[in-house]
Amino acid sequence: MLQKPKLLTVLDVAAIASFLAATGLVFFYAPLERVMGAVQKVFYFHVASGWVGMLSFAVAAVVGVIYLIRKDLKWDSVGVAAVEIGIAFTLINVVTGAIWARPIWNTWWTWDPRLTTATIMELVYFAYLMLRSGIEEPERRARFGAVYAIIGFLSVPLTFFSIRLFRTIHPVVIGSNDPGAMGAFDMTPRMTQVFLFSLLAFTIVYFDLLWHRIRLGKLAERVESLRLKLQA
Amino acid sequence: MSGLTPFISAMSAVIWKDLRAEWRSREVISAMLVFALLVILIFNFALDLQPNVRAGISSGVLWVTLAFAGTLGLNRSMAVEKDRGCLDGLLLAPVDRAAIYLGKAFANLLFMLLVALIVLPVYGILYNTNLLIPGLLVVILLGSEGYVAVGTLLSSMAVQARTRDILLPILLFPVAVPVVVSAVKATGGYLAGLGWEEIQPWFTLLVVYDVIFTSVAFMVFDSVVEE
Repeated sequence: MLQKPKLLTVLDVAAIASFLAATGLVFFYAPLERVMGAVQKVFYFHVASGWVGMLSFAVAAVVGVIYLIRKDLKWDSVGVAAVEIGIAFTLINVVTGAIWARPIWNTWWTWDPRLTTATIMELVYFAYLMLRSGIEEPERRARFGAVYAIIGFLSVPLTFFSIRLFRTIHPVVIGSNDPGAMGAFDMTPRMTQVFLFSLLAFTIVYFDLLWHRIRLGKLAERVESLRLKLQA
Repeated sequence: MSGLTPFISAMSAVIWKDLRAEWRSREVISAMLVFALLVILIFNFALDLQPNVRAGISSGVLWVTLAFAGTLGLNRSMAVEKDRGCLDGLLLAPVDRAAIYLGKAFANLLFMLLVALIVLPVYGILYNTNLLIPGLLVVILLGSEGYVAVGTLLSSMAVQARTRDILLPILLFPVAVPVVVSAVKATGGYLAGLGWEEIQPWFTLLVVYDVIFTSVAFMVFDSVVEE
């Protein structure tokens, strides 16, 4: 039996505590935005989950490069873990965005470049999972997964720069703002504090989940090899 | 630069092989062409391409047509290699594998450009617009290059998977979006007669993605075909 590492338990506690603290801060510490009201509070988790999604896909690409150099299957299991978690957080990002957009833009969804490119990014990683499911041989699956994670991540910068290249209505809260954006606001110091804390909390939650998912992959491999041993 | 000559001769051998096989069978080009014309005709019904509406969406229709036809060619070009074990033969040859990749990609690019070269005037005649603008032709060249660069890599992965034929579009379309979007925007700019300063950002983005996709695919192709 694989023993659960002590550090992982510590990380579990830290993740739960910081997530609860971030939720508390969002509801009770962050001030109400004057124009948008309570729905603006979605912003803290919306951006944090978007950040974690991007981070996760970046991790998958970097791990892909490492795998192609080292050819060690351990890096492949990190890659799958990162992609799966990235998909989940990008989905949270899109859904929270829709919840905010309903009252502010008066629609759940609009064909804005920012929204569209984020969704295409999500589809890249669905394609990643489909590619993997089409290949049985673990070594080849790992190689193709690594290549696709690298190629797929190349199109991610477009998502990031789309708010600057296209004329878009999605607000840019950090840095300069397009006057055409709708629902933009300036952060007060308290908002900035809550925002930074939720970024930190989501990052801790991310690394905790990543570690768990990697362990799950290892355990699944053990089960598989034990089953083969029993059959033999 | 002594290493360059065998590289180029290996590359041109692969291109020559593909062109000759295509010249004898004429399978891929004819399929791509008929398919491209069908797509344009279907768009005519689906979008009700009125003269006043058409100007804005011509670039989109054009690129969707080229992308669909391109997928057909890319799928075929690698499936042919895989079917009778030709790919193994190619890989056994004592040449740099990057040369094989570049050769395949270049042949695919030629096929796609040939289709574009026929589709453009036909589209122009059918819808009474002039598409043979020099700047637009450059955009077609650059857009096809980026699409084929990443498409050749992905199709060589797709043919090795269990779901082969259906996998390539799923892998390729989301990844190729930066190339297709910037090509559509630049094409639309030329069709609308916009100034260079309006087109230039998209043109630059297109060139940037061409360089990125080509060089990354060039580097990782080796790990896609290794056994």
